[in-house]
Amino acid sequence: MWTDVKAAAGKSIWDGIAIGRLRWFQKREVQARSTSGLAPEEELERFEQARARAQVQLRSLYESAVGEVGEDNAAIFEIHQMMLEDEDFLDAVRSVIRTQRGTAEHAVQVTGENFAAAFAAMEDTYMQARAADVRDVAHRLQAILAGAEEKPDWDEPFILMADDLSPSETVQLDKRKLRGFVTRGGSTNSHTAILARTMGIPALVGVEADPAWDGRMAVLDGYNQCLYVDPAPSLLTAMEVRRRADAEQASLLQGLKKKPNVTLDGTEIQVFANIGSDADVGLALQNDAQGIGLFRSEFLYLNSGHSPTEEEQLAIYRRVVETMAGKKVVIRTLDIGADKKADYFGLEREENPALGYRAIRICLTRKDLFKTQLRAILRASAYGTVAVMFPMIISVREVRDAKELLEDCRRELTGQGCPMGRVEVGIMVETPAAVMIADELAREVDFFSLGTNDLAQYTLAIDRQNPRLDPFYDPHHPAVLRMVRMAAEAGHRHGCWVGVCGELGADLALTELFLRMGVDELSVSPSAILPLRRRIRGLDLRLPPNS
Amino acid sequence: MKQFQYTITDPVGIHARPAGLLVKAAKAFQSSITVEKDGKTAAATKLMALMGMGIKQGNTVTVTVEGADEKEAAAAMEKFFQENL
Repeated sequence: MWTDVKAAAGKSIWDGIAIGRLRWFQKREVQARSTSGLAPEEELERFEQARARAQVQLRSLYESAVGEVGEDNAAIFEIHQMMLEDEDFLDAVRSVIRTQRGTAEHAVQVTGENFAAAFAAMEDTYMQARAADVRDVAHRLQAILAGAEEKPDWDEPFILMADDLSPSETVQLDKRKLRGFVTRGGSTNSHTAILARTMGIPALVGVEADPAWDGRMAVLDGYNQCLYVDPAPSLLTAMEVRRRADAEQASLLQGLKKKPNVTLDGTEIQVFANIGSDADVGLALQNDAQGIGLFRSEFLYLNSGHSPTEEEQLAIYRRVVETMAGKKVVIRTLDIGADKKADYFGLEREENPALGYRAIRICLTRKDLFKTQLRAILRASAYGTVAVMFPMIISVREVRDAKELLEDCRRELTGQGCPMGRVEVGIMVETPAAVMIADELAREVDFFSLGTNDLAQYTLAIDRQNPRLDPFYDPHHPAVLRMVRMAAEAGHRHGCWVGVCGELGADLALTELFLRMGVDELSVSPSAILPLRRRIRGLDLRLPPNS
Repeated sequence: MKQFQYTITDPVGIHARPAGLLVKAAKAFQSSITVEKDGKTAAATKLMALMGMGIKQGNTVTVTVEGADEKEAAAAMEKFFQENL
């Protein structure tokens, strides 16, 4: 047993222990050769065999799902089986194989996309979402044809291995049984890393992970920054003990719930949550968030094959706003571009995406798209306390243009008799330009939120996506911290409240500094709220500064 | 040929699950069974075509049954619609 132990080193994103089976993340696109060297009859036979295999998988999935989630929820796997019997679908696949002499993989992919597109084009949002089911069925067939079958034991705790994950892949991931992440690439500032922090899940990046480890038992030790494959029983036991100790610590933190975020000398600060989708709002409340300081709206755009309609957006904003029951929800308008892209936007490849066509720059040139979102946000304000926040601001003109569009929307909605509440307007301060003109910007808005990730990237001229630059990346760089101070002071001079919503907000080494700067709000991942609260409650600003 | 009309009362309309049940029910008969709404027709044995019609609550559909066992099939279909949709 001992000789079987393989340890791989990496960089830890979230210190903790994860135990589970390794799973290699199969990229969604299985690139199939389009034309076949085989005779059509042989490809048809391959297709039939794959279809039979898929039916067997789906039947067993259905049966195990009935036991776990009940018949109603399991029915989806029955529907998938029926899709595999659908004559129109089968005819289309066979026709591609016969007439285009395509491979079975290609035929399945093309047909799946065509049917999915037809569903996606339907008016009804329920039916639009069925496009995902058609794709799921097509992917299952493709995976079987490619010999890369999904293991049926997907339901037990697992540690995900991947090259790296894109933002849309991370949001689509089924996270219920996810215990840890291991990625080959990715820097400590990548999206996978941010996701791991949000969920409080142990993660290692930069690991020489081998896809052949798929299905093997493993221990991820975030403290020692390594991964053990096929751990010996003694190691497994030791790690399990450690994991339990962590869990106990976490439950201690739960004791901090409902306690105010106040220092020993009585200085109070708001602690809000950053969320990436409506699904995270529960996590925010569980961790006692006093509000949502950053609701990233991108997932709405990345997760569906089309630009989300006003009604679709309203439904989701409303759910979050109502769930927060009167607590403030700051919705950041579309921050797409750079590394976050959706095909239907048709964005060009850029030499310098971080400095490119993104966020407010897209919104101010595609006003219809922007107004759809603004209208949905305004309408959501009827159900609670909503604030809107514009990203990537570099000039007063941008803020004025955005506010003017917001006012246009409000006038239109008033004309239509839509109820709305007051909506605070704020900006992300995440460019050095915004810091330098913070006084002028503060006159235009109700609040600033310091986006420290981008602010550090632009101030230090360091690409967050490039792992080779990690040794040079110092988020505590005095230039970054002075930027924060300048923006906070300018904001306060003009009556704005000032928050920090970047990763630095959760950095316990900086909490005291932020409090001394008079920062009004820190918005952090839900899992970071209670550790931050403990830190705040242990500080005494009457003592001399701690550095 | 047998024909009947039915107005959908299910709040979500003919969504995936009832469409699946309908396909199952329709396949039990030899007769050809079609569902028509606003000039669009789909065979009741074709799941994706049925779902693709986007039939919602309040829509009236015409169900046509034709074949050897059309009498029993039409009766069974009418019962199915009343109970499930």
